[in-house]
Amino acid sequence: MNERKDDFKKRREHLKNMSDEELKSYFYELADKMVSPLVDLGRKYTSKSIERSVLLRMGFSSIESKAIVDKLAENNLLSKGAGHCVYRLSRDKGLEIRDAGILLGEGKHIDELKEVLVHNGT
Amino acid sequence: MELKPNNKLDIHNILNDLENYRPKRKGWTWRNKQTMKLGAFEYKQASESLKNSVPLPSAAYLGNIDPQPDAVVTAEIASGRFEDDIRRMRMAAYHGADHIMVIRTAGQSHFDGLLEGTPQGVGGIPITRKQLRAQRKALDYIEEEVGRPINYHSYVSGVAGPEIAVLFTEEGVNGAHQDPQYNVLYRNINMVRSFVDAAESKKVLAYADIAQIDGAHNANATARDAWKVMPELLVQHAINSVYSEKAGIKAENICLSSVPPAAPPSPDLKLNLPYAIALREFFDKYKIRAQMNTKYMDSSTREATVTHVLNLLISRLTSADIQSTITPDEGRNVPWHVYNIEALDTTKQSMVGMDDLLSMIDIKDKGYLYDKKREIQERAVLMMEEILELGGYFKAVEAGMFVDSGEYPERNSDGIMREIDGGIGANSVVERDDNYMAPVTAHFGYNNVEQYDESAKDNPAKLIDGTTFENPDKIQYIDELDETDNVYLRLKDSEKYRNSDLLKPEVEWLADGVVTVDLFFPAPKKVAVEAAVATGRKMNLSDVEAIHSEVLHPSEGTRVQIKGRVNFDINVNDLELPEELDTIDEDIIYDYVKKNPLKVIAGTGGDDEHSVGIREVLDIKHGGIEKYGIKYSYLGTSVPIEKFVDAAIEMDADAIMMSTIISHDEVHYKNMQKLHDYAVEKGVRDKLILLAGGTQVIPELARKNSMDQGFGRGSNGHQVASFLVKQHKAMKNDEN
Repeated sequence: MNERKDDFKKRREHLKNMSDEELKSYFYELADKMVSPLVDLGRKYTSKSIERSVLLRMGFSSIESKAIVDKLAENNLLSKGAGHCVYRLSRDKGLEIRDAGILLGEGKHIDELKEVLVHNGT
Repeated sequence: MELKPNNKLDIHNILNDLENYRPKRKGWTWRNKQTMKLGAFEYKQASESLKNSVPLPSAAYLGNIDPQPDAVVTAEIASGRFEDDIRRMRMAAYHGADHIMVIRTAGQSHFDGLLEGTPQGVGGIPITRKQLRAQRKALDYIEEEVGRPINYHSYVSGVAGPEIAVLFTEEGVNGAHQDPQYNVLYRNINMVRSFVDAAESKKVLAYADIAQIDGAHNANATARDAWKVMPELLVQHAINSVYSEKAGIKAENICLSSVPPAAPPSPDLKLNLPYAIALREFFDKYKIRAQMNTKYMDSSTREATVTHVLNLLISRLTSADIQSTITPDEGRNVPWHVYNIEALDTTKQSMVGMDDLLSMIDIKDKGYLYDKKREIQERAVLMMEEILELGGYFKAVEAGMFVDSGEYPERNSDGIMREIDGGIGANSVVERDDNYMAPVTAHFGYNNVEQYDESAKDNPAKLIDGTTFENPDKIQYIDELDETDNVYLRLKDSEKYRNSDLLKPEVEWLADGVVTVDLFFPAPKKVAVEAAVATGRKMNLSDVEAIHSEVLHPSEGTRVQIKGRVNFDINVNDLELPEELDTIDEDIIYDYVKKNPLKVIAGTGGDDEHSVGIREVLDIKHGGIEKYGIKYSYLGTSVPIEKFVDAAIEMDADAIMMSTIISHDEVHYKNMQKLHDYAVEKGVRDKLILLAGGTQVIPELARKNSMDQGFGRGSNGHQVASFLVKQHKAMKNDEN
C-alpha cells in the first residue's frame, strides 16, 4: 500500500460518537463480514491435507494416506472425497476399508471408481 | 509406573510398549480457581496446591508454602531431543507448569504430510505420533506425581494442518496453536489453502475439546516498531476468533495470544496497559493467553526477566487465563533447563506476589488510559472498514495491509504482501462435487452422506463403524522410519550416564558437558570478550563461545559470560558427601523452648578470633538460635577452654557452643576433646550439651572427639536449635 500519513482524526469522525458498546458491536459486524466468505470457502473446497486427515481417521497410516491421496489427485478424484473413494470401493467389492484403501494407493480400481463416481454421479 | 520424587524417570519404560499406549484423558483443563489459606496468609487468586512441588527459595522462611496462582502456567520445552525434554517437563511441573508446549522443529510447517519416528530436531522437535505419545505418556505419570492435570500442546499450522489436528486428537494433545494468518504472513503458505485447511483443523480441535491459541503475537515480533501494530492485532485476533467459532470451537476454548508489545526503555506500561484493556474489552467472551515480550530481548537474562515481570504486572492489572513464560535466555540460545525453571519461578513469584492487586487499586476509566484504549479500538475498526472496502481479507493481504510498520491508518508501505495464487500450496484446493463425501467424525463443510445412508447424516462415521476417534485401535502406529536418526541411537550414546554413577554438567541434553563462566575484565568490550574466550580455553573448556557481554564502563571494564564444554566425568563414588543435619519444625522448637527455657554459653575457643560464623548461628538478625527464644551468653573470641565450662556452671547453662575456625595441626579437634575432659573433671559433662562448629568441622570427627554434635560449613541456627531441642529432650527423659 502507498505510504500514508496518520489521518486518524479525520477518519474517526463517524466513530467518535459511538458508545463503547456500539463500537464493539460494529467491530464484530465488520469481523463477520470479513470472515464469512472465508468460511464459505472452507465449506466448498477440500485439499490434499484435508483428505489425508479423513483417511487417517478411517484407520490408515500417514504413509498409506499420502499414497492414496496422491493417486486420487492424479486422477482428479479428490473432488469426490478420498474417504468416499475408499468407502465406495470397499462397498462395491465387498472389501475391508483398509484393504480397499491399500489397493487404491497402488493405483488399482481407479477406472472403475471413475466410472461410478464421475460418470454415473453417485 | 508410579513416579516417586526420589526416583528418576525411566525413559526406557516410557518407550516400552508405546504401540499400545492410550492417553488417559482428552481435552483442555483449566485450574480450579479459589480463595485459599496457606500458612499465615490468604490468597484470592489461587488454585489448589500440588502434591509434590519445589516452592520458591524464600518459602524456607514461611513454612515452605507453595501457593499456586489461578492461571494455567506454560512452559515451552523443545531442545531438539524429546527424550531429554521429558526430564525437563517433570522439573517444570514441580515448579508450577501445567501447560507444556512443544515447539516444532524448523521447517516442519512446510512438510507436506506427517513426520514419523523420532529424528532429532533443530530449535524444536519433529512432531510425530511416536514422540507425542511418549511425551503424553510421561506427562500422564507426571501429572499423577504433582497432583494436577497437565495440558500438552503443540502447533497445527503449515501445509498439513488437518492431519496434525487429527493426530493431536488421537494422541491426547490438549492445546494447539491454530491460526491460518500465521501460515499466510510468516510461512508464505498460500492463503486460500490455509483458510480452507484451517476450517477442517478447527472442527477437529473443537471435537477434541482442545484449547486453541491464535498467532497474533507474531505480528509484534515481526513489525519494526512493535507497539505501532496494536490496532492490527485486534483485527488479527478478530479474524481468527470469529473464524474459529464459525468452524465450531466454543468461545471458552478460543484463546487470544496477546503480548504486551512494548518493552523498556520505552515507557512500558503507558504503551502496554491501554492496549491490554482495549483487547480484553473487545474480546471478553474469549480467553486470554498472556504471552511475554520477546521482540526486544537481548542476551541479558536480567533485563529479560524484568521485562517479563512488567508483563506479569499487566496480567494482574487486567487478566490472564493462560500465563505464558518466556525463558530469559531465549535471546541467546534454545532455552536451557535452568532458564525454563527460572521463568516459571519468576511467574509464580510475581503472580502470587501481586495476588488480589485489583481489590486495592482502580483502573481509571477516563483520561489518558481511557482515551488511548478507545483510540486503539477505533483504529482497529477503521482498518477493518478499509479491508472490506478493498474487497475483503485476501485483497487486503495482496495489497500489503498487514504488518505494516505504520500505526494504522498511517502506512509506511512495508507490509507483508502475498498473492492469492502465490506461496506454498498455491492453487491446491479442489472444489467439492455434489457427491463429495467423507465418512468421518468432525469433518467440516459440505458432506453428502445422505447418498448412502440418510440416517448417517449427523454421524458420517456410522458408514465405516466409527473412526479412530471412537475406536483408537484403528490407529496405525509407525515406530521408526530412519535407522540412522532415532531415539534409540541417541540413548545409546548417553547410556553411560543414565542411572549410573557418572555425572557430567548439563544445560539441555544428558551429559552435554556445557558450563558457563561469568567473568569481569578491566578492559573495553572488544578486548574483554576475546580475553574471556581465551580464559575458557585455558580452563580446558572446548567449543568456547561468548554468550553475553555488557559494558560496565567503556574503558574500566566489561562483564562477559562464556559457555564451553568440559571433557571429564565425575564419579559419584569419589565424592565425599556432607552429613545431612536433621531439622525439626520451627513451631515445635518455639513451643519447646517456651516451656523449657534453654541457655547457651558461646564463643570462639582457644586462640581464635573468627567470630562471624558463630554470630550468624546465634543472632536473631541472621536467623540464629536466639530467634527461637534460646538465651545465650557470648564470651567473645579466643576464650580459654576452661572458661566455657566455668561460665556454664556459674550461669547454669544447658549447652556450650564452641566455634573453632583454625584447624592447623588439628587444633580444633584437640580443643573439643579438652572441653569434654574439663567438663568431666568438673562433674558436669552429663548435664551439658557440648557443640562445636566451624568451616573445617566434620560432624563425625567432632563426635569422635567427644562432642555431642559438630556443625560444619553452611550450618544454620535452625539446625543447631533443632539439635539442642532434641538432645535436651533426650537428657530430660534420661533424668526421669
